[in-house]
Amino acid sequence: MSLRSPLGRVLGTGTAKDGTGHWWAQRVTAVALIPLTLWFFFSLLLLPALDYGTVRTWLALPVSSFLAVLSVGVLTYHSYLGTTVVIEDYVHAAAAKVFTLMLLRFLYVLFGGASIFAILRVAFGS
Amino acid sequence: MPVRARPLSPHLQIYRWQIGNTLSIMHRATGVALALGLVALAYWLMSLAGGEDTYGTAMHVFSSPLGWLVLLGWTFSFLYHLLNGVRHLFWDAGYGFERTSRHASGWFAVLGALGLTICVCWFVWHGAHT
Repeated sequence: MSLRSPLGRVLGTGTAKDGTGHWWAQRVTAVALIPLTLWFFFSLLLLPALDYGTVRTWLALPVSSFLAVLSVGVLTYHSYLGTTVVIEDYVHAAAAKVFTLMLLRFLYVLFGGASIFAILRVAFGS
Repeated sequence: MPVRARPLSPHLQIYRWQIGNTLSIMHRATGVALALGLVALAYWLMSLAGGEDTYGTAMHVFSSPLGWLVLLGWTFSFLYHLLNGVRHLFWDAGYGFERTSRHASGWFAVLGALGLTICVCWFVWHGAHT
C-alpha cells in the first residue's frame, strides 16, 4: 500500500519506475569490460604490425571476431548507459531532453551495429 | 498547473577543488571522450571490412600528427577510466571509503594511468623503430 497521496503522485514527483536497473547494468557491463577491453587493447598493441593483411588475418580468427563482437556490443551498451546519465544531468528542457536521448540511442545502435557488421564481414570474408 | 522544482544536487562550482571531485569529473570526461572513440572504432572496423584501399585511408588519418594526439588522448582516457572504474567497483562493494584509502587509490588511478600511457607510448615508439 502506498502512503503517498494521489495528488502527490500525479504532480510529477513520483519515481522513474526503473529502480536500480540502470545502476546495476552499468556495473555488470563495467565488470565484463575489464577483460574484454584489456584483450582488445593488448591484442592490437602486440600485433607485429598494423598493416591491412596482419590486422585482417588476426580479426578473421574465430576467437578474435567472437571476442571483438562481444567487446563492441558491451562497450556500446555501457557507453550508452553512461552518456544517457550525462544528458539527463545537463539537458533540462523536456522536449530537448527527449529528443537528445532518442538521438543518442539511434546513434549508438547505428555505430554499434556498423562495427559489429564490419567485424562479421571480416570474419566471413565478404 | 505549476510544476514543483525538484531538489537538485549541488552544482560543480559549489565544491572546493580537491582530488575527490577532480577525479570524479575526469571519470565522466574520459567516459564521454571514449564514447566519441566508439565512432572512430566503427570507422576503423568498416574501413578494414571495406578492403585495402579504405583501410589505407583510415590508417593515413590515424597516423597524422592530429591522429596520434587523439589516439594518445584515448589511450590515457581508456586506462584512467579503467583504473578509476575499478576504484568505483570497490566502493560499490563497500570497501575503500576511508580518507587515506580514498586518496591513495585516487593517486594510484591517475599516476597508474599516466605511467601505463607512457609505457604504451614507449612500446609503440620502440616497435616502430626496430
